Formats: sequence, C-alpha cells, structure tokens
Amino acid sequence: MEITREEIDHLAQLSNFSLEDAEANALGKDLNQIISYISQLDELDTEGVEPTYQVFEMENVWRDDEIKTQEADREALLALAPEQQEHQIKVPKVL
Amino acid sequence: MQIASKELSAVEMVKTALEKAKAAQEKYSVFISLNKEAALKRAAEIDGKIKNGENPGRLAGVPYALKDNFLSKDGNTTAASKILEPMKSPITATSVKKLEDEGAIMIGRTNLDAFAHGSSTENSYFGPTKNSKDAARVAGGSSGGSAVAVALDIVQFATGTDTGGSIRQPASFNGVYGFKPTYGTISRYGVVAMASSTDCVGFFANSAEDIDLLMSITAGQDPYDMTTLPDYYGADFTRGDALRGPAGPEPQASGSDGRYNATAPWDAEGRRPTGPRKIGVIKDFDIKGDIKDALDKKIKDLKSKGYEIVELEMPTLKYALAVYYIVVPAEISSNLSRYDGIRYAYRNSSAKSLDEVYGKSRSDGFMPENKRRIMIGNFVLSSGFYDAYYLKAQKARTLIIKEYEEAFKKCDFILSPVTPNPAFKLGEKTDDPVSMYLEDVMSVPINLAGLPSLAFPVGETKDGLSLGLQLIGPRRSDKALLDFAGKELK
Repeated sequence: MEITREEIDHLAQLSNFSLEDAEANALGKDLNQIISYISQLDELDTEGVEPTYQVFEMENVWRDDEIKTQEADREALLALAPEQQEHQIKVPKVL
Repeated sequence: MQIASKELSAVEMVKTALEKAKAAQEKYSVFISLNKEAALKRAAEIDGKIKNGENPGRLAGVPYALKDNFLSKDGNTTAASKILEPMKSPITATSVKKLEDEGAIMIGRTNLDAFAHGSSTENSYFGPTKNSKDAARVAGGSSGGSAVAVALDIVQFATGTDTGGSIRQPASFNGVYGFKPTYGTISRYGVVAMASSTDCVGFFANSAEDIDLLMSITAGQDPYDMTTLPDYYGADFTRGDALRGPAGPEPQASGSDGRYNATAPWDAEGRRPTGPRKIGVIKDFDIKGDIKDALDKKIKDLKSKGYEIVELEMPTLKYALAVYYIVVPAEISSNLSRYDGIRYAYRNSSAKSLDEVYGKSRSDGFMPENKRRIMIGNFVLSSGFYDAYYLKAQKARTLIIKEYEEAFKKCDFILSPVTPNPAFKLGEKTDDPVSMYLEDVMSVPINLAGLPSLAFPVGETKDGLSLGLQLIGPRRSDKALLDFAGKELK
C-alpha cells in the first residue's frame, strides 16, 4: 500500500511535527519504502497465535507502600524546563 | 581489567585516558563531552583510599566511557539530539552508580545516533563517529562512540544500550567484545528510553572476562525499575538456583545430567564435564564472503574442540526485521512524546502559541530518523492499521520466541553473524533508510525474544576491517555464555 500526502500530514499532526513541504514529501517517500518493507508480514500465517507485548517474565511486581524519596529534587527537575517562573513550568497561553 | 594500585595511580590512568580521548577526537569524533575535572577529582579520591589502605573497589580508578543516553549528575545528557541539548541530569542511572561505587571513573560521554535510532552513528546531531579501523567508514551504531572508545584503547570499557543490535553491531565493526544481556538483567533507571520492550543496558570491553566482571557488578533487581529480574547473575546455572524466583522458560542444556553448571571446574581437556556440548547454526540466513568464511572457520574450530554443530531451521527469523520496525517505532512514538519543548531542555524560540511550541520544537529538535520512526509508530498504531501491522507484528513476535525455544532444545548456544557485511562507508546508506535497517537483520531477533548475546571479534578482512560473530544463549544463561566465550571463543 502507498500512503498519500494527506496521510503524511495526518501522521505529522499525530506526531506533533510542523513540517515544511519539502520535508513532508521526503519523509513521505521514506515512509512508503518502510511501509512497503514491513508489509511483507502479510505472508506470515499468524492465525490463532497469541500476541506477545513484552518479554519480561514477571507481572505484578509489588513493593511496600511506603514513600521512597528520589535523589532528584524539585529544583533540579524544574531546571530541566526551558522556562520557569515561581517554581512553575511556564507555557504559552493555552486558551 | 587493569585497576589502580600503589604502583599505578588512578590519576595517571585518568590523565592518560583523557589525553587519548582528546587526541582521537578530531579524526574519529568519539565523544560528545569530556568529564575532565570531575574525573580527576574522583581519581584523586581513589588514590587516597589506596594510600590509606581502604578498599577502593573492584574497578578502582578504571576510566570508562558513558554512552550519552545515560543520566549521570556529572555533566549533561544529550542523547546526541538537539532537543535535549543541554540537559543537566537530575539523577544518576542505577548502572552508573553501581560502576562508580566500585571505583570506575567516567571520563566522557560518547556519541550515538540521536536517541539511539540508527545503525551507523550518522544520525547524531553532533556528526558521525568514524570507524576505528578505517575513518572513511561508519563506526556502527547506535553505540558507535562507545565501541570506538574501547577499540582505540582510550578506555578499558564503555557502556552501551542495545535495542536491536546497538551494542553488538558497532562492537563487530570495531573488533571489540559487546554484550547484550537477558532482557531485565540490568536496571534501565536513568537511561533515555527508546523501545521499552527491547531496550537493554550492556557493555563494550576487550574480553568476555571483563564483561563478566561488569555484569557481576551491575546486574540485579532495582526498586526504581520494575522490569528488572530478581538477582540471578553469577548463581549456578542449574535448575532451581539460577532459576529461582519467578517461573519462566527454562534454559535447555545437554550435559550428562541434562543441565550444565557454569561454576564446575574444567576437566583436563579444558572443558566442563557437564558443560555445553552443542552449538546451533542457523541455516536460514543468507551469508556470504568474509563473514561466511569467519563463521565457517569458527565452526571448524569448535568442532575440533569436540563440540557438536547442530543445524537449525528457523524460517520465521526472516520476518523479525519487519516485526522490529513495527514494534519498536510504536514504542518510540510513545516514549518520545514527552519531548514537547516544555519539560526538557530545548524550546524553539520563535514559537508563539502552545501548538507552535510542540510542533516547531519537535520538528527542529529531532533528527530525520527520529521523525521517521515516530511517524511510522503513529502509523502502525493508528486506527485502521493497528490490526494489520501492530497486532500482526506482536503475533509474529510470539512465533519468533517459540522458534528460539525450540532451537534451545536442540543446542546450548547459537552461533551467528552479527551483520551481513563488515563496516560500510560513511554516507553509503543515509539516503535509503530501509537499506540501513537491513543491517540489523541478524541482530534484532534476539531483542524481540529478550535473549542474551555476546558479539566477539574474529579477525579482519584483507583490507583490515573488523569481523565479528555473536553467541546467543537462552534467557538467563548470561554467565554461562560469557564463561564459555572466555574459554572457547578467543
């Protein structure tokens, strides 16, 4: 299958990218190649096979319900953000 | 591993490593940043401990290189991307902490494909790392800088991450050992996430013995990473000991009692009485040229040592690459959604509205390969395509795992190439993402099944390019595998 330019734009939107025309076209070409490659899975018979989402052998790893302080402090975590003010992360107006 | 002592000071070791790193930088672009001041300070502390007769640790004063997708309070983590440049790490990764508790000293952070997306280290925001044997060729990737740092003898070991071959392929391209442990063996706390169902922390070093030491230090359960296995590394590889803890697929082996024991003494011929006996070779890979010659030579060598070679038919493995390039981008699209221009490091300064902050910062901050993978991930997960791609791939993944389980009933370890060819030229595959992906065809199946695999050097081509093979074991056979490699694969 071939994905169209409209679909590329939709994927860019889902991915939160604002792409220039040239880049969107180039990515579209690459994506079509990749999709064509991965589509070969069609030939494999997976009728009745259970999916595997993870290969970790355990589930429900419990620990005691007590607060464990992390080494990262609030200031260090806030400092990761490009803009802060009064111990808050600053963003452009939302509404 | 050469450690600091009264005769060999940690400060001298660190100084030498830093000088070598600086000297190699222009030609090879190994490092993104050096950690000079902190490293020298740590080295002086280690020397002080030695002088005072205190225990300086099993890695006392050993300089090492850190792949720059590990967090450490020493300096900034970039993941070789613009969007994380610069990010002052607020925490130190558990694996890093364990290494440093034993006296190891990080001298610098190595280059990688941005967010570990790639097989050549050409997708780095800081430009490509060059191959240690031929600077016109790629280092391999994504942990290219770490592989080259060990190959050029700048450091004795380096950390890496392996999601689909990112340790083993660059190790092979540079003639060093590279180990990807069983999924869940080493904590990933403090490592930049790529694809959570296959990401593994591992190492580059000059021998299987050195990697064994690093594993014995870093393996184990971490309360900060719920996907770490209960400690098993180093325990006897017998039913009920190594496999204590949760139920799971059990390693199969063919010793006299049907089990082998990694700590049993070697016999007069240098083999374990109940040690591994059967080595599997996969028939289904199309192998040619130098890699085929190297594999044939190793098979012959193992036969002469008394091992039985078992031919394996594994027809589903050829689909592993397609499965990988569905499952992994899907997980990437989710893991990388957190880089929004708001919480970490970079924000595009021209962005006005909230949507522009997201859109422009992400378009600007990611490399093209990051964008391809995020978009493919969103494609295979989007409604209308989920069943045909994502769900189908996860079913195929089950078949691949079963194929390995069947294989390990017939043999103890599997011997395989890591890549179809030795290191390719810089720029050769950058315009063709699928040809780059095809580099991973023999390395990704292991990650999908969560198996351990050691890449080890097997000489060079006539042009002096490194050749490597990999030895793959059942889950949690890590110790036995490294032990076997140290004894029989040199």
